[in-house]
Amino acid sequence: MAISGVLRPGYVQIRVMDMDAALKHYVDRIGLDLVSKESDGRVYLRAWDEFDRHSIVLRQADRPGMDCMGFKVATDVELTRYEKRLKEAGVKVETVPAGEQPGVGRRVAFTIPTGHRIELFSQMETSPQCPPTINPDVWPQEPRGMRVVRFDHCLLYGPHVPETAKLFTDVLEFRLTEKVVTPDNAMIGAFLSCATKAHDVAFIHSDEPAKFHHASFFLESWHDVGHAADIISRYGISHDIGPTRHGITRGQTIYFFDPSGNRNEVFAGGYTYYPDNPVRVWSADELGKAIFYYERQLNERFLSVVT
Amino acid sequence: MTALRRHIIVRLPDGRQSAFDCRDGDTVLAAMERCGNRSIPVGCRGGGCGTCRVRVVAGRYRCGKMSALHVDGAAAAAGFALACRLVAEDDLVIELASGGGRPHVASDNPRQFV
Repeated sequence: MAISGVLRPGYVQIRVMDMDAALKHYVDRIGLDLVSKESDGRVYLRAWDEFDRHSIVLRQADRPGMDCMGFKVATDVELTRYEKRLKEAGVKVETVPAGEQPGVGRRVAFTIPTGHRIELFSQMETSPQCPPTINPDVWPQEPRGMRVVRFDHCLLYGPHVPETAKLFTDVLEFRLTEKVVTPDNAMIGAFLSCATKAHDVAFIHSDEPAKFHHASFFLESWHDVGHAADIISRYGISHDIGPTRHGITRGQTIYFFDPSGNRNEVFAGGYTYYPDNPVRVWSADELGKAIFYYERQLNERFLSVVT
Repeated sequence: MTALRRHIIVRLPDGRQSAFDCRDGDTVLAAMERCGNRSIPVGCRGGGCGTCRVRVVAGRYRCGKMSALHVDGAAAAAGFALACRLVAEDDLVIELASGGGRPHVASDNPRQFV
């Protein structure tokens, strides 16, 4: 098996201020399936093409933002190996027992230099609604809303981007696919892949730690980006920017906000990354084109609005 | 029957004023965007990011849920609000008061802005 170690983003836990409004947004508009509502108030969702039980966890809170992002590791042996590597690198590690999230095995949790909580896990129950595998139809039931295929990645804002990128590459065996550098070569943006996507997680510098820029969902096509735009206008969803395209990762995209102000992205395309690819580099003076390839200029909201 | 309209006056940091009308039940920020006024910065429009933080100087109002990072109980009691969650029940006079969840840059003393 060529892909081992960390396989992909597994889940993100997002804080919302109004659960009913959040469910209308994530289930009816984005098109995720409701998996379960648990007694502690957390609500679990998944996209139609995911085999694992859940990928989005919503938690009611008095402020929005991200509680944590979890990555799935190939095996329990690998999970133990990463736990050891983290400890050897001086990272304080917490073990979350199996079952703390329903259907999920033990998790290894730690805080990265940007201030975000990251978790690793290797076991999650398979969803009873998972895609078919015997003479499989293209989908088990026709996708709903924006028809998102999967939870894809997060972009996180915080300080110490170079140290964070180093932790992901040196300890967790991710690869840096693209970076944004200042004229004196300081890394202010890091795009990291654990497999063959252009990014599985990305970091942009901000002085404030632990800020959440967006959670992103994958679509099948550029046409689906337009369909998402139609839904955003039809239902009065708070629109940020797009449809447009990124220079970084080449994704075709649209951004909007959930009812608590957390930013979402739905996107299609992006290149396939291979481990022998060199790092793609963007200079800060070309950041407009890097972020919005068509507009070629940044908007203040995209840079500064986070939860 | 015409919908009730509220008149919103925004005191700007440079001492000037901007004004627009708000349809009954609309949030102040939605009304501002609808009429093309740009006096209050627009962020997430969901009470989450704090970009549209203001302080109500005069008039009755109510608010939807706002991030406690940007408007906690004490700030709300002092008239701070996020314009995207602010619904006028009277004509309002408001001031810009950004910086809620960030280190307080004069936001506790909105007088500095006028």
